[in-house]
Amino acid sequence: MNRFAGRLAGCFTAAALVLGTLSPSFAQDKVAATVAEKADAAKPAGSGVTDFVLDNGMQVVVIPDHRAPIVTHMVWYKIGSADEPPGKSGIAHFFEHLMFKGTKNHKPGEFGAKVAENGGSENAFTSYDYTAFFQTVAPDVLGTMMAYEADRMRNLILTDDVIGPERDVVLEERRMRVETSPEALLDEEVDATLFQNHPYRIPVIGWMHEMEKLNREDAVAFYNRYYAPNNAILVVAGDVDADTVRRLAESTYGKIPRGPDLPPRVRPSEPEQNTARTVTLKDDRVTVPSFSRAWVVPSYTTAEKGEAEALDLLSEILGGGVRSRLYQQLIVKSGVASSAGAYYEGGRLDSTSFSLYGAPRGEATLQTVEAAVDAELQRIREQGVTREELQKAKTRFVRSMIFARDNQAGMANIYGSNLATGGTIADIEQWPDRIEAVTPDQVQAVAVKYLVPERSVTGYLLPKEGASN
Amino acid sequence: MNRLSLTAGARSALFLPIAALLALATPASAEVAIQEVKSDSGVTAWLVEDYTLPLITINFAFGGGSTQDPAGKEGLATLMSGLFDEGAGDLDSDTFQSRLDDAGAEMRFSAGQDTISGSMRMLANERREAFDLLALAVNKPRFDAEPVARIKAQLVSSVASRSRDPDQVAQVRWSEAVFPDHPYARQDDGTELSLNGITPDDLRAAHQAMFARSNLKVSVVGAIDAETLKQELNHLFGALPQDANLKSVAKVEPRLAQQIEVGYDLPQTSIRLAYPGIPRDDPQSIAAYLMNYILGGGDFSSRLYNEVREKRGLAYGINSGMMNQKYADALVIGTATRSDRASETLGIIRDVVRQLAEQGPTQQELADAKKYVLGAYAINNLDSSSAIASTLLQMQIFDMGIDYMQRRVKMIDDVTLDDVKSVAKRLLSAEPAVMIVGPPLSTEKQG
Repeated sequence: MNRFAGRLAGCFTAAALVLGTLSPSFAQDKVAATVAEKADAAKPAGSGVTDFVLDNGMQVVVIPDHRAPIVTHMVWYKIGSADEPPGKSGIAHFFEHLMFKGTKNHKPGEFGAKVAENGGSENAFTSYDYTAFFQTVAPDVLGTMMAYEADRMRNLILTDDVIGPERDVVLEERRMRVETSPEALLDEEVDATLFQNHPYRIPVIGWMHEMEKLNREDAVAFYNRYYAPNNAILVVAGDVDADTVRRLAESTYGKIPRGPDLPPRVRPSEPEQNTARTVTLKDDRVTVPSFSRAWVVPSYTTAEKGEAEALDLLSEILGGGVRSRLYQQLIVKSGVASSAGAYYEGGRLDSTSFSLYGAPRGEATLQTVEAAVDAELQRIREQGVTREELQKAKTRFVRSMIFARDNQAGMANIYGSNLATGGTIADIEQWPDRIEAVTPDQVQAVAVKYLVPERSVTGYLLPKEGASN
Repeated sequence: MNRLSLTAGARSALFLPIAALLALATPASAEVAIQEVKSDSGVTAWLVEDYTLPLITINFAFGGGSTQDPAGKEGLATLMSGLFDEGAGDLDSDTFQSRLDDAGAEMRFSAGQDTISGSMRMLANERREAFDLLALAVNKPRFDAEPVARIKAQLVSSVASRSRDPDQVAQVRWSEAVFPDHPYARQDDGTELSLNGITPDDLRAAHQAMFARSNLKVSVVGAIDAETLKQELNHLFGALPQDANLKSVAKVEPRLAQQIEVGYDLPQTSIRLAYPGIPRDDPQSIAAYLMNYILGGGDFSSRLYNEVREKRGLAYGINSGMMNQKYADALVIGTATRSDRASETLGIIRDVVRQLAEQGPTQQELADAKKYVLGAYAINNLDSSSAIASTLLQMQIFDMGIDYMQRRVKMIDDVTLDDVKSVAKRLLSAEPAVMIVGPPLSTEKQG
């Protein structure tokens, strides 16, 4: 990381993974950050989280927070871009946009007007493994929100009149997020190289040439297959109790018939990887070169016992912040880097990515930074981590969950994203214990096992030759 | 970043400053009990006591910021904001950061154009150590040579990395064109040249000039009582000088009626327009806020959103916002659209603005806007300790009064359709400043 990293156009972190329906950095921001960053906090003791299942299969989670008269209402569908049919990239995100159109019972814009009338905020976002819709409102209109949200689960009217302009909107969204950003373009190509077979190789927003062809038939088929109560999770956080939520949910979502049973979410899996690959983008807009190195590693869902927690702690120790090894060694001590860090994307349904990144400072070259990052990784692979630094990393993680409770939308995201990627409430509750149980040997072991230089993908973002620095 | 800025489709830069300021108040539900706490040394804080979670959040701001950077030393305030956890008192950088980490407190400083602000969030049982470290950072930052050189290099690298980014280039052009010869025209982060000219003594002088009790505002939320806070306020801020030593900065009217073209061969064109703004203490400011909501402030419902995105699919995001700073005000509209239809989009925006200027909104639009603005206050401003602390700080910075939340409901209710028509005419009849970032516009469809 760089102290001014927020100002850097892109740092190889998982920026554009979660796409919102609205402009990028408004309501979505605080939510997306929590979702993408750590899909792994835990239920603090005594917080009173309850869950139950409606007769039609819809799962319900209630997270009480009575500090302010505000409630966050979210519906998560267990459908993301990695579930899309071949050739239809972008349909999951495009469909998320279409959910804001009219239904058999409500004119286009009526739901939004109802939210606004109450001073509420709303948005939606799509990722590889899930799609979620939410409103934050006063508790007395929670039932109204549920009625509208339940209505659009099954009653959307999809005509070519609404499909055409909205497809243009998502094409503009792709131009804004990707086509105009060298960092985003490179990130897409790195992912497409890292994942050789798994659909995580395809961007959530879709490839331009396939997005342009998405049509009404695609949308209707997608809707009928995936938008049903038995494929959805209701998460309500805020100034409300479980009995009220149950009553409201039964009289809205509970009236919707169960949809067809969906097969298990089995996606094409990664073959054995045996090569070190590089992807290079030279762009006129780039002045300071940078690199990232990524590996396919297990996620919290796929990992063997303790491995995901160890990868999370490895990421924190190696490159999680100003006390991390990369920051201390490359930025403070040798001073060769202006930024450096690590990122583990643990909250995915299938095997995911772990990456390291860095950029040079002053006269240092990118090669120097890359070698220094490699050296720090190698040091952990050979000598492991100390008991003390591991304990500090654990303390930071466990403490972050207390801070997380200050934000009800953030808590809703933690529960929703975990449950939508195969986790359980118990997994969330027990996360601090599992973190505490990780040993220094386990951290070294995952570094040795997964972060093998000979089977990585390195992305280089370089200035165009001849361009002055 | 220049606060009066709007990048493609991003509404945070445009929207956050006002959301916290004008979107205040909802009926009954916005009640938070604010206590005014004054220390023996005369430092005042607004406190909301809440023991639900074992957390304490403190936010504070010193008037000043990057507008105080000496000519040729642009970036000074920003650089300073990166150095408060890099050594203070008898603790060097490493020791300070290690103790902060052990205490588990999150400490942040940032420089704006008009303030330098800080915040800390801590577990209540770590209060002693956390506040001790914060007191050192505020009163005795060391600005040692090594961290200064290192953080400066990071900032230089950050500035350099953006120097060929079209959005950044456009931002520089915009600031210079709209606020010529004013500190707002300068880049907050400075340039490689200006940053390299900044010495530890410059930092010490700026700290000495800006960190005083008279230009300080403080808000606190969480598990702490008024009596304890009194003592802590003394500890944190009581030893600072009474008065700040700030250069005076002139009020400035944005220069409108100009077209700024930043040519790039891009598949998407960014469009930004500036109209006259309205100061927060102007009697028409609430009417202007409601007018802006109707024009382009609403999430899924504004006139601009309907015409540009919903009906025609020309853009992913389009917003307008009332920008209020200490020395300037403006109404800014921004969007990004496919380059081959940029003139069409600009024409539509101009038409929407013209129509609102000439005819004003409908009674229904005004009623809807009022409902939204009344209800949104608690949701946007009170949904976490951090949000409450930040709201209370903004209320103090803009001198809105501790009873503002109660008064505002009536202020909104009292706005009439004629008030909004009048302010629409006042602001939107002007010829705007227009910036186009992308390929040159085709001319046939521009309105």
